Amino acid sequence: MASILGIFCAANFGLRTLLTMDTFELAIVGAGPAGLAAGVTAAALGLRTVLVDEQPAPGGQIYRGIEAASRHPDSARVFGEDYMAGADLVRQFRASAVKYLPLSQVWQIDRDRNLWIRGANGVTAIGARQVLLATGAMERPVPIPGWTLPGVMTCGAAQTLLKSAGLAPSGRIVLAGGGPLLLLIAAQLMRAGNPPAAILQTSTNLRRAIAHLPRFVSSPSYVRKGLGLVAELRRAGVRIERGVGDIRILGETRAEAVEYIRAGTRRREQVDLVLLHHGVVPNTNLALSLRCEHEWNDAQHAFQPRTHAGLGSSVEGVLVAGDCAGIGGAKAAELRGRIAAYNAATNIERISTDARDRQCAPIQRELRPHLRARPFLDAYFEPPRDLLAPVEDDVVVCRCEEVRAGEIRRIVTEQSCPGPNQMKAFVRTGMGPCQGRLCGLTVVELMAQTRGVSPGEIGYYRIRPPIKPIALGELATRAQEK
Amino acid sequence: MFKRVIEFEGPVLGVVINGRECSVPASFTAAAAMLASEDGATRETPISGAPRAPYCMMGVCFECLLEIDGVPNQQGCLVPVAAGMRINRQRGARTV
Ligand code: FES
Repeated sequence: MASILGIFCAANFGLRTLLTMDTFELAIVGAGPAGLAAGVTAAALGLRTVLVDEQPAPGGQIYRGIEAASRHPDSARVFGEDYMAGADLVRQFRASAVKYLPLSQVWQIDRDRNLWIRGANGVTAIGARQVLLATGAMERPVPIPGWTLPGVMTCGAAQTLLKSAGLAPSGRIVLAGGGPLLLLIAAQLMRAGNPPAAILQTSTNLRRAIAHLPRFVSSPSYVRKGLGLVAELRRAGVRIERGVGDIRILGETRAEAVEYIRAGTRRREQVDLVLLHHGVVPNTNLALSLRCEHEWNDAQHAFQPRTHAGLGSSVEGVLVAGDCAGIGGAKAAELRGRIAAYNAATNIERISTDARDRQCAPIQRELRPHLRARPFLDAYFEPPRDLLAPVEDDVVVCRCEEVRAGEIRRIVTEQSCPGPNQMKAFVRTGMGPCQGRLCGLTVVELMAQTRGVSPGEIGYYRIRPPIKPIALGELATRAQEK
Repeated sequence: MFKRVIEFEGPVLGVVINGRECSVPASFTAAAAMLASEDGATRETPISGAPRAPYCMMGVCFECLLEIDGVPNQQGCLVPVAAGMRINRQRGARTV
């Protein structure tokens, strides 16, 4: 109800402000590698460009806190060269003519490409001829028993605390899950002074990955980095348990232990902090709220906006680039951001299609090797089935509304519930403040597995603005000031 | 519990966390400040009263909801600290 009033109020407020609203040729959402590179490129082409981002400083999640970190002598040793490389991109961005709005949440983009923003000055709106969504990725939810307990967070959360605040967990840390980032973050915590007690790696899927192996080994930097991390962790005595299954976190009011099965035996570790990770998925709520068409990516087990060669979405004037359009990693995001900027410039007839193609050809060539390693990584680190859809009935799936896997399965088998939107009506999944960000994919996988169909057939939640909760008061106060 | 292991340069300011005065770097978010000074739950859920703490630190999970300067349901991982800010655990407040 509050959100309906919110939209009504926004519409009212909109009428008063639209006439005086600032308008840009390109509005970019997200200050990660894709958004920054797009901004730098667009500004160089003379496009009047604005970039809106939630964080206080540019970098996105991957280069979080890079400006402060790059001034500290320990950063290169702790975070590694890939992170430090972000400093250069951020410098270029700061030197560009892009208008930068930090600490600003875009809570709605309407069909006329007006961006509704909550920032330091309350609620504002800006107009744009072209919009680029560069909202990046988020870590895939890891719904296992006990994952809602204090003392459990994502690996990325620990990494963010280290990058942005210089904070590292003390006590006994265990990392659990899979994907290339798991080892990187373990190594960063170790270099920061507290080596993890153990890394629990779920089974990898070499059978599915083997076909992509030749292309993967032809991207030598990935192989070298991966092996380097394993060697570094081993040398430091960090225990890496492979082929781990049935991970569960135990504790009453906080995580106390983690249990798992390896080689047929149940084992247990005492813990102060469990860090979970199983790859990243596109952060699509903004694109979904704009009704951009999405498609199921079976290799990456996630939905992504459907894009054409020019990185345009199905919605007129809305482009998507970087990991929010499908996971490709930081370097690929940066290159795609540049391609998107050229396309935005073409769309508003600032440069010809010929000029665009000439400029984009070398970027496309540079992009290829970065995408070559991806199919192997996606297949090799494919999340195990019981992690995509919890087998145990009492695992919490929707953290906001506290809905468990068993309830969702029961609705699927006993009721006529065609999709996740109808599931909302039955058990309120996705109705809480996170708007399904943490339960959406799990609900879809649960429904798909129970019915024996592809998640693509199930579809995803319909996401309605505002995509971030906004208090009625904030709008009302602002409207009165006008 | 989280400890400061890298001291990025920048000012330090005073905040009040669960009634206790602390000084924290200005680069901290309210959620980071909470994690650096307290262990365990930072909120209880409105539905069952279950204990929760920040999970993603990037603005997507809403597990970091805190009461900041008397206003509940603030996404603590997105709010930078400010001088004199009062940051409190959230006890089962109504969802936003
Ligand atoms: S910790 Fe997830 S939104 Fe703040």
